[in-house]
Amino acid sequence: MAWTREQMAARAAKELRDGFYVNLGIGIPTLVSNYIPDGVDVQLQSENGMLGMGPFPYEGEEDPDLINAGKQTVTELPTTSYFSSADSFAMVRGGHIDLSILGAMQVAQNGDLANWMIPGKMVKGMGGAMDLVAGVKRVVVVMEHSAKDGPKLLKQCLLPLTGERVVDMVVTDLAVFTIDKHGNDGMALVELADGVTLDEVKAKTEAEFRVALKNA
Amino acid sequence: MNKVYPDAKSALAGLLKDDMMIMSGGFGLCGIAETLSDAIRDAGVKNLTVVSNNAGVDGIGLSRLLETRQIKKMISSYVGENKLFAQQYLAGELELEFCPQGTLAERIRAGGAGIPAFFTKTGVGTLVAEGKEVREFDGEKYLMERGLFADLAIVHAWKGDTAGNLVFRKTARNFNPMMATAAKITVAEVEHLVPAGEIDPDHIHTPGIFVKRIVEVGTALKRIEQRTTRKREAAAAT
Repeated sequence: MAWTREQMAARAAKELRDGFYVNLGIGIPTLVSNYIPDGVDVQLQSENGMLGMGPFPYEGEEDPDLINAGKQTVTELPTTSYFSSADSFAMVRGGHIDLSILGAMQVAQNGDLANWMIPGKMVKGMGGAMDLVAGVKRVVVVMEHSAKDGPKLLKQCLLPLTGERVVDMVVTDLAVFTIDKHGNDGMALVELADGVTLDEVKAKTEAEFRVALKNA
Repeated sequence: MNKVYPDAKSALAGLLKDDMMIMSGGFGLCGIAETLSDAIRDAGVKNLTVVSNNAGVDGIGLSRLLETRQIKKMISSYVGENKLFAQQYLAGELELEFCPQGTLAERIRAGGAGIPAFFTKTGVGTLVAEGKEVREFDGEKYLMERGLFADLAIVHAWKGDTAGNLVFRKTARNFNPMMATAAKITVAEVEHLVPAGEIDPDHIHTPGIFVKRIVEVGTALKRIEQRTTRKREAAAAT
């Protein structure tokens, strides 16, 4: 039994720590905000210029001037501040954001990340992804373990990179891996999803990894 | 000196010419200078290079200048949600320079502040680094990126005064304050125009020195791109 999208989000949410400033990407990473552990107070940053992002508004209370980076209407909190895009990326690039959780197309065993373009297809753009992975202190990727056409955890990314040696952890529907992006310890398998076997993970992973299961 | 103009057309009069570079504020449809960009469309100037985080959505904002083929090149970080953009780009009719969002914001900030280039670690080892100088500082690699300075900037603010001072509202601020500084001439459209002195000087986001012309446009055009809501929880049973 692989993890569902919600279970993947819940697992990623365990990486949150009290007092963290966090940027969440679009898709499964957005769901992480539903699983913030009790007693952990985090502020969500939205790179279009908001810190302290609240939930979606009640019907009839949408404000066209109050959106997140996915252009969805959101609300403010007592902690909220607004700022320009330049100030926003000073937070990002300057290493002031503690954690970025985002999706990926491919991750390599050295921490390389590809999540912004497929050659030959219309490219929508990288948005803030390259800035986030280059600048945020810790980067957690949440993604399906395999694509329809093969593995996504690779020895080397085949798609154009979003960043070099930027990923610290990968949460998939099958397992959790850590990556020593600055050193030479490579990738380690640290957790298996409920009911998933080591053999299944080995069969579906091209990247080389050592097994360091916490509860093995 | 009068900075106040009665409408968008007169606010842009004498400023528009073919082949110019225009900065256009906004993120998605939030905080875009839609009345001014419509007036640029009506003026019919061509071969424009437009610096804007996005290119509007189909039928709205800068997309209307794509319909009329007035834009030669876009410098943007994300151009999804726009079929017309994709069509023209894939047909080779439109040039596109992708720029990471934070690098774009900083290029504009730098250009407006008289800084011709800077180094950033964003994009090192990616396609964005092609053709750019890479230099090492304190053991880490950084890319050189150039500042951007345009012929004209169009920005949208919530409130402005007759001296050109601007206040933005919530996330409609985004790229507008930097763009206001990074062009030979900046024209601001504001939802509410007030006499100088009415805005608390401590609350001004963009000082009037950066704004040469200002026009009041009201709030009629404000749009929501992705309307997301939650249900009210049923009143607790008593």
